[in-house]
Amino acid sequence: MLIFECPYCGIQADETELSPGGEAHLKRHGPGASDEDFEGYLFMRENPKGVHFERWRHSNGCGKWFHAARCTITLEVFGTYKAQTLEPPKKIKDQIAVKRPGWSWRTFS
Amino acid sequence: MKRYSAFAVAREALRFHSGWERAWRNPEPKKKYGVIIIGAGGHGLATAYYLGRNFGIKNVAVIEKGWLGGGNTGRNTTIIRSNYLQDPSAAIYEKARGLYETLSQDLNFNVMFSPRGVMMLAQTQHEIRGYQRTAHANALQGVVTEFILPKRVKELCPIINLDGPRYPVLGALWQPRGGTARHDAVAWGYARACSDMGMDIIQKCEVTAVHQKDGKVSGVETTKGTIECDKLGIVVAGHSGVLADMAGFRLPVESVALQALVSEPIKPCMDVVVMANTVHGYMSQSDKGEMVIGGGADGYNNYTQRGSFHHVEETVRALVETFPMISRLKMLRWWGGIVDMTGDRSPILSKTPLENCFINCGWGTGGFKAIPGSGWGMAELMAKGFSPLTDEFSMWRFKEGKFIDESVAAGVAH
Repeated sequence: MLIFECPYCGIQADETELSPGGEAHLKRHGPGASDEDFEGYLFMRENPKGVHFERWRHSNGCGKWFHAARCTITLEVFGTYKAQTLEPPKKIKDQIAVKRPGWSWRTFS
Repeated sequence: MKRYSAFAVAREALRFHSGWERAWRNPEPKKKYGVIIIGAGGHGLATAYYLGRNFGIKNVAVIEKGWLGGGNTGRNTTIIRSNYLQDPSAAIYEKARGLYETLSQDLNFNVMFSPRGVMMLAQTQHEIRGYQRTAHANALQGVVTEFILPKRVKELCPIINLDGPRYPVLGALWQPRGGTARHDAVAWGYARACSDMGMDIIQKCEVTAVHQKDGKVSGVETTKGTIECDKLGIVVAGHSGVLADMAGFRLPVESVALQALVSEPIKPCMDVVVMANTVHGYMSQSDKGEMVIGGGADGYNNYTQRGSFHHVEETVRALVETFPMISRLKMLRWWGGIVDMTGDRSPILSKTPLENCFINCGWGTGGFKAIPGSGWGMAELMAKGFSPLTDEFSMWRFKEGKFIDESVAAGVAH
């Protein structure tokens, strides 16, 4: 069972307390965007086999959305952070780089 | 290939079963093939089979990372039905269901197709309207289904509890020629027929890169060396995103875990397949007597072939309400597979941005039922560049907004 620390209330929440919300750091293209950008925002996903950045909602707790970094092969959780950011904090990126040599932060579309 | 028959069984019985041959060869890869299919699951093997049978293309290799039929083909709950709302879905699933009817004879391999009937319970007013609409759509599509009332539901499935406290059974969408088949046998039967046509099925051979020259696919790099090809078919379900990445394009697909479980074997008590989509569980009884139970997919990306316990708990909790007798059963086995979900919950059978590279993926939680139809359409697409069965399932439909929206049609994943 997945366990995340909610970055808002600080408690260790297990999966039954949370709702998954899909890939994080999507760029939200809106009216006026090109077809490719809009398709990318709505449907295209990184779907990596490895480090994945994703959104979760502490739905049976404080109700707030947060972000998590997790490995889709081992289910290891590297860390969680608040949602009001465009990329993961340096601490989490450094931690992943140590555990997954060769990994680097990419620019998601 | 020696044919399997009652006579062969008798003959072998008289000579200590010394005459059975290998069902398929286990060759080393050649340097070059006309067509390479990545993924020796049901869909990949069916694609290869119909390439050979319908189009005479027999210089084919099917490359498999693990063992054939060891992925989702061996992990599903074996349900076959074609009661879909949208026309393109009904066409390809009904093609598949129709091919299942004679698949054992076509392949000379008993796939144990059992058209025992599939019942999808309506447990809310919304579902009654939804399934009546589907029944009307099916009538126009030539798919035989009907909307039946609770009395008939109880006749067809006596162990059902019609008056559940939360979700009473108000009716059902009944497809009498839906049912189940032996999932491993489907893969084995296609593999044996492919091998017999001279195709190479190369197991324990992982593709690590896709080679291209001048915008066209030229071959693949594998753990058994470089293999060249003129055309490439990617048919790898959960790992479609990984292969697409190698081929240099992106897919509107996410991989998640879908779980299933079986109970201990019990005496025959249920001779239909029942699906309850409001509570999201489905159940049938295998020939061994186990109650085969499946539920919804987990909600987060996952490549581990195992899912979360609470999803299984939710599924079983809901089914116990509709089938009170299963509450005392012990669970025998529990497993997961990685399914590839698209935005509209319909598959992708398509050309790709890389020329001569084709992809068949996105079957999500319901690919087994489609294996023969998917292989039929994919083979036509790869051989001729166009197939009426697959035309609407292009990977570019998301950009164009031409969804085949079974997700909204059913309110659940398919």
